Amino acid sequence: MTHDPSSFSRQVEITNALGLHLRTAAKFEESARRFRADVRVLFNGCEYNGKSIMSLLTMAAEKGAILTIEAKGDDARDAVEALAELVIAKFHEIDEELGAEESAP
Amino acid sequence: MKLLDFVASEAILVDLEAAGKEEAIREIVASLCQAGRLNVADQESVSRAILNREQLGSTGIGQGVAVPHTRHPTVDRLVATVALSRGGVEFAALDNEPVYILFLLISPPNQPGDHLRALENISRHLKDERFVSFLRQAKTRENVVELLEEYDQAAL
Repeated sequence: MTHDPSSFSRQVEITNALGLHLRTAAKFEESARRFRADVRVLFNGCEYNGKSIMSLLTMAAEKGAILTIEAKGDDARDAVEALAELVIAKFHEIDEELGAEESAP
Repeated sequence: MKLLDFVASEAILVDLEAAGKEEAIREIVASLCQAGRLNVADQESVSRAILNREQLGSTGIGQGVAVPHTRHPTVDRLVATVALSRGGVEFAALDNEPVYILFLLISPPNQPGDHLRALENISRHLKDERFVSFLRQAKTRENVVELLEEYDQAAL
């Protein structure tokens, strides 16, 4: 098997409570668009366009979802690393506690 | 999940009067109240919450579509509706184009999965150019409901 230096992929888990909702999908798309590489996300046997918010939203990826971020192109490695870091960093959002309203005394 | 599982058909608006974001959101929330899907007492609070969410980044996701939304404790299940604008609403959308189709969603605070599945459903349909074109041509509430029914059936 030959290794294609222009293709790179990495698995990452969604860890923010609200999952891949609109704001986080918008951040993902925005980051992906900074790279020339073609960016795909694999989830549940389907492939999604990492540069399209509409496509990302059709994943309905909840907390705990394992995504494979895959890129092809000369900056594929940088793209995958940056996007994986974004997911791991919970999209740099304040992670809203679910049901906080109910549990408040 | 089907579109008509969460879209309140009695609150659908096919000719929004508003031309601006705040007015459009208030008009749609008022329609949900009139349809009995929201407590009138929560109308201002829900509108505020949706407007605050827009401050974090526009929900105008491009191609003439916006999905203004919030999580709010006033609902115990997902409440949503559709509004169409003939002249377009200035929504500071990601592609800077006016918005003609709005799906407004109010989710209970503790059900992120349903919110994601509703977004999934809406985006899946909006990727279909024929659906978008038919929706924009709908002249009456009944036209919209028939279209949503037809696409809900097709998705089975």
